[in-house]
Amino acid sequence: MGKVRADAGPFARRPDNSAFKQQRLPAWSPSLTPYTVLPVFYFLALVCVLLGVWLLITVQNTHQLKIDYTDAGACATCAEMRNDPTKAKMNCDCVINFNVPKTFQGDVFIYYGLINFHQNLRRYIKSRDDDQLVGRKNSLKSPSSYCEPFAYDENAVPIAPCGAVANSMFNDSFTLTYHPPAGAAVNVPLYRKGITWYTDKNVKFRNPSTNTTLQQAFQGTAQPPFWQKPVYELDLDHPNNNGFINDDLIVWMREAAFPNFKKLYGILNRAHTTFSYGLPEGNYSIAINYNFPVQYFQGRKEVVLSTVSWFGGQNHFLPIAYLVSGGLIFIVAIVLTAVYVKVGRSGKNMEE
Amino acid sequence: MLVPWRGFWNPRSKAPGQEEERHVKANDRDYNERFTYADNHIKTAKYTFYTFLPINLFEQFQRFANAYFLVLLILQLIPEISSLSWFTTIVPLVLVLTITAVKDATDDYFRHKSDQQVNTRQSQVLIKGKIQKEKWMNVRVGDIIKLENNQFVAADVLLLSSSEPYGLCYIETAELDGETNLKVRQALTVTSDLGADVAKLADFNGEVVCEPPNNKLDKFIGTLYWKDNKYSLDNEKMLLRGCMLRNTEWCFGMVIFAGLQTKLMQNCGRTKFKRTSIDRLMNTLVLWIFGFLICMGIILAIGNTIWEQRVGRNFWAYLLWDELLSSAVFSGFLTFWSYIIILNTVVPISLYVSVEVLRLGHSYFINWDRKMYYSRKDTPAEARTTTLNEELGQVEFIFSDKTGTLTQNIMVFSKCSINGNTYGDVYDEFGHKVDITEKTPCVDFSFNPLMDRKFRFHDSSLVEAIKLEEPLVQEFFRLLALCHTVMPEERSEGQSWPLVYQAQSPDEGALVTAARNFGFVFRARTPETITLYEMGQPVTYQLLAILDFNNVRKRMSVIVRNPKGQLKLYSKGADTIIFDRLEPANEELMYTTSEHLNEFAGEGLRTLALAYKDLDEDMFDEWMKKLLFASAALENREERLGALYEEVEQGLMLLGATAIEDKLQEGVPETISCLTLANIKIWVLTGDKLETAMNIGYSCNMLRDDMNEVFIISSHTMLEVQQELKERFSSSQDVGKTDMYASDSVFEETIIAECALIINGHSLAHALEADLEQILLDVACLCKTVICCRVTPLQKAQVVELVKRHKRAVTLAIGDGANDVSMIKTAHIGVGISGQEGMQAVLASDYSFAQFRYLQRLLLVHGRWSYHRMCNFLCYFFYKNFAFTLVHFWFGFLCGFSAQTVYDQWFITLFNIVYTSLPVLAMGVFDQDVNEQYSLRYPNLYRPGQLNLLFNKRKFFTCTLQGVCTSFILFFIPYGAFLCAVRDDGSHISDQQSFAVTIATSLVIVVSVQIGLDTNYWTAVNHFFIWGSLAVYFAILFAMNSDGIFRIFPSQFPFVGTARNALNQKSVWLVILLTTVVCIMPVVAMRFLKTDLHPTQTDKVRLLQQATRRQGPQEQNLRRVRRTSSRRSAYAFAHQQGYGELITSGKNMKVHTSSTSAVPSSSPGRTHSINCNTLRSHTTCSSFQHYNLGHCMF
Repeated sequence: MGKVRADAGPFARRPDNSAFKQQRLPAWSPSLTPYTVLPVFYFLALVCVLLGVWLLITVQNTHQLKIDYTDAGACATCAEMRNDPTKAKMNCDCVINFNVPKTFQGDVFIYYGLINFHQNLRRYIKSRDDDQLVGRKNSLKSPSSYCEPFAYDENAVPIAPCGAVANSMFNDSFTLTYHPPAGAAVNVPLYRKGITWYTDKNVKFRNPSTNTTLQQAFQGTAQPPFWQKPVYELDLDHPNNNGFINDDLIVWMREAAFPNFKKLYGILNRAHTTFSYGLPEGNYSIAINYNFPVQYFQGRKEVVLSTVSWFGGQNHFLPIAYLVSGGLIFIVAIVLTAVYVKVGRSGKNMEE
Repeated sequence: MLVPWRGFWNPRSKAPGQEEERHVKANDRDYNERFTYADNHIKTAKYTFYTFLPINLFEQFQRFANAYFLVLLILQLIPEISSLSWFTTIVPLVLVLTITAVKDATDDYFRHKSDQQVNTRQSQVLIKGKIQKEKWMNVRVGDIIKLENNQFVAADVLLLSSSEPYGLCYIETAELDGETNLKVRQALTVTSDLGADVAKLADFNGEVVCEPPNNKLDKFIGTLYWKDNKYSLDNEKMLLRGCMLRNTEWCFGMVIFAGLQTKLMQNCGRTKFKRTSIDRLMNTLVLWIFGFLICMGIILAIGNTIWEQRVGRNFWAYLLWDELLSSAVFSGFLTFWSYIIILNTVVPISLYVSVEVLRLGHSYFINWDRKMYYSRKDTPAEARTTTLNEELGQVEFIFSDKTGTLTQNIMVFSKCSINGNTYGDVYDEFGHKVDITEKTPCVDFSFNPLMDRKFRFHDSSLVEAIKLEEPLVQEFFRLLALCHTVMPEERSEGQSWPLVYQAQSPDEGALVTAARNFGFVFRARTPETITLYEMGQPVTYQLLAILDFNNVRKRMSVIVRNPKGQLKLYSKGADTIIFDRLEPANEELMYTTSEHLNEFAGEGLRTLALAYKDLDEDMFDEWMKKLLFASAALENREERLGALYEEVEQGLMLLGATAIEDKLQEGVPETISCLTLANIKIWVLTGDKLETAMNIGYSCNMLRDDMNEVFIISSHTMLEVQQELKERFSSSQDVGKTDMYASDSVFEETIIAECALIINGHSLAHALEADLEQILLDVACLCKTVICCRVTPLQKAQVVELVKRHKRAVTLAIGDGANDVSMIKTAHIGVGISGQEGMQAVLASDYSFAQFRYLQRLLLVHGRWSYHRMCNFLCYFFYKNFAFTLVHFWFGFLCGFSAQTVYDQWFITLFNIVYTSLPVLAMGVFDQDVNEQYSLRYPNLYRPGQLNLLFNKRKFFTCTLQGVCTSFILFFIPYGAFLCAVRDDGSHISDQQSFAVTIATSLVIVVSVQIGLDTNYWTAVNHFFIWGSLAVYFAILFAMNSDGIFRIFPSQFPFVGTARNALNQKSVWLVILLTTVVCIMPVVAMRFLKTDLHPTQTDKVRLLQQATRRQGPQEQNLRRVRRTSSRRSAYAFAHQQGYGELITSGKNMKVHTSSTSAVPSSSPGRTHSINCNTLRSHTTCSSFQHYNLGHCMF
């Protein structure tokens, strides 16, 4: 192992006197002394508690309303229809009334929530073809095997978008109506576009390039078996919100990490004078085009209205977690101080 | 091809191992080629360029870990269970295989190079009647080769003739057995007559029939058939490969075994692979982890079965998977394998490679250490094995050889007592004794042109006495110049010291050299004369008889006739022996001398008493006749001679005494006391005599006068040994009791029961029997010092084995000679003293350096650091992998046990090999809990290693538990936060990909902070790696989440934009911060509490070190080790019997003398002397069957 240098002198094999080779590299050797550890503990406790308090105050100023409509009121009949295989394809609408007790100030976001829907199953998550969704012609015509059994329909026509994720896309639609104490009901205007990540809409999802119509681009593909309409007709109102770059599809395709999740449906359009400050308190009704079956997996469906703060939506977990951690760190800091004062400082254990 | 002469015998089908008898015909290549004997080409390299890849891969996949990952890779190719892409396993696997392959290839390259170097050495071969130069590799069996002085023997050769009379030839077998003394080989008379006559040699067509190749270095049986005669051959006629020709101008030999079939190469079995205790523990732990992995797999598989039945079945219709996964049990089965794949990172693939890298780094640090470099011999320390470093931090027992290890094996004439006056001490002007150091002025010997310049003497009064021509002083040195068996050699080339002595024992050499410098130069000898230059005047003495040394006599005498015609008997020997044979008139002188002897002995010097006697002519003639008669006797020859010697060695006149210093290696007592403070027990195992060994024990501070008891066990029967041991045990236990209450604070010297055990070889043989070994061990372990003397190499190994077997402690053996090879190989760690002539111990060793004192640094600094680093490394490594992997386990409960990964697959691929490997490697390579000065100053810091405190099963549980908790926090805090989180623009963030990025980022930050906590010594490299790893993590994260790479491989990098969209969220950073704080603070609190409440010695010393650094460096006085002085009578006479006879027979004289030509070549006397001459080597050789020679370079 020892390197023998070419020049043979009396000290030819003497190792170099470099700091590295002699393990004398200048170094900083910190250690856990009371003077460093205790202040850090107090400081962190303070930071955590302060953060917790701040977050808590912020969260208190946000609003959230959840309406479970799975089998609530008028929707119970729809739920039963979905249960019945013979009527599975029939359209069903229902209306649910609810009350907003306090004005939702600022931007209001409308989500649909699913309970107990496992979007995070391995085989489910993998059942998609990103090559296809980015508009590659090859993948459009021959979807990846991961999409099986939703790659080809019974006629061996390739499905676009393929895979279980796209196939199971949430397809209820909502129309929100405000019933002011006086006057006629006002339809709550929603932005149904711009609800996705910029990268998803502009990078991850692209339509197959085409000089003609979108329909032509998707020619030779079939719609997913559970879908009622082909992918190029998802949004008839906005022609460029169709195909793979449909916002609802994109939102759905970002699989949730947990079985209970909510996904953005629309954002309140505050251009309307009634809603310029947000969602005023009062009575509302929501008309639901009820399509998505959940009773198979004992799931629930809900509509969530929420405002957001600087750190996101209404989230009680973080402030509480911070407060608890801050408190615990503080207690530990006191214990450590006590131990140090009683034992450490006297230096009994450090005696030489 | 010609039909082989023995019918259908096909040489190719016969493996070399099956060879039953070897037939070799000289000068007949055609004949010899029929047998396909190995040629002289050697190959120790394992691979060639083409076979490297297949063979190396095959070897690598035999390792459990690699095979395991291969299986995983195959599993991942099955789509139904593939939960991870194939690249997550193949990338680390390929990396691991490549690193190992590169290391193997480099090793093999060096082997190729050394093979090449050996194979292309030049040798002179007799081909077609002419001597031609050939490369070693082209030498064939049956060739006759010519060897010249100082050349290595190229193959195992039958000596045919030599330049010396009687076909004698001298060899040095240092490369074979480490012995540096010369050995004699003699050719058969018939062949030695061939001389250097090339024509005759070319005509020589003898056939040798002999044993097949074997590894017995001391045995050879064969027969030479030549000219219708049979001559039996034995080992005394063989020159083995690896020997070096000495003092012989040339010789011719016939190659019998070549290349790989030589005895040297046959001894080259692969070195036994040593593993450290950490290695074994690691293997156990990996198996446990493997079991744990299977358990997790089973739990999750059961979970999956239940989930599929309860919940998942409702999804079947919805997701249309019913046709494939119709059965929940089958789904569970598949899930099991999927989880095995996902969770495989708990068994860390990079662990083994990282550990190897660490050890390699530590080995380089040993090689590079200037403080273990010995400039005088230009020898740096060398870690020859790169796999044992951390065990150096756990050594509990050191077994040390004495000669050449503790001592330099250099004898120095240090003092003498002549006629009641002592010489040798130096006094200052006030009459105080001065310690002799390097700087003490030496006596000027320039009056003497023949002096030996290396000789140093400090007391000028002796030279004054010589110059004053005091008769007794002259007689004293005359005796030293006459009474010995040294051979002089005048070298023409060396101008500075033309006269060189070939002494058989270093003691004699020292005495003769002393006489030489004091003006009594021993210049030449013939069998019958000795020529001295007495103060420049040549004087020739007639040598009449040598009364040789043996163990019983403990003295030797010569009888000479000086030019004046006086007959004189000069005698030197052990003081007690000589004193018994003195003339009564000497009594007063005897008392004074005896006092001086005690003084000398007290200083650890080896003493001899000198005496002379004037002989009466008539009486001598009569005695001589009896002697001749006795030496011709066939029966009881030895006894008769002994009696005659006894008769003449009576009534001696005492001249004085000599004191020879057996020079210790530098710093030996200090090293030993320091290692003792580190609670390392040092046992000395030596082949030397009891007295010598004890002497060295005292001078090394291992034995002290204030010791409670020194047990000496030297019985000859089993029962006696048993009896003695039992007695010792009970008495040592009493003493040992005080030991129990000794405090073990760092800053106090531990009080250890002061007992010592000294046991000799005979007793040891009995004590090592199965019934007694336990009690031997008990006694030995209660003693502070254990010295075993007169032990054979095999016994050394047995002692080591005994301790290894019963104490479960790490043993280290250190030695320099071939007789230490067995113990070096047996012990957990073998250390060889390099820079000496013999190489064998070094070749067999794991570490080598030039000085015993470096052991202190090797163990207390390198070993301790290595152990500390390795343990911290392992703890962190297991922690990190558990924290990383178990997140999947928790996620299993939320994703229907579907084996969905939490992280991005690329993250899984790169986590261990890119994101977290370098900081921990830097910690493992550079970390220093306490710097080297403090490591040496507080040997107690070595304790934790011996007690195995830093990494054991408990520690493993602690760190894996920490990993499990971290993974729990890492998963559930983001889970809680993400359950209802949205981005600040209202769009969702609780998707699987954002969750993955958040957890991965938290994980990388948490483990980076943790390594920061674990790093005690932040060098620039540590900073660079830790910060660099974090930077690299974010760089790679953003690169893999970038648009560009997505556009190229959309399906391989589906995380496009996730990093951007997640990490620009304040909530995500709040989650990461909280996770980090919650994961780290408990650890900090625990550590702080631990150092506060139960500080370890390391903590204390660290604190002290830091306090000192703050105050600036202070000079601390290291404990000085005093040599105790006690009054003991010591005697040493490292003489060998029989050399005298060789001298008087004239065998080893270059000058041909007619008077000695009549000695028959097979006389018992000759054989006897040669046998005795090689006495030492025999003990060595016999044990060679038990061990192999490490690397063979020949």
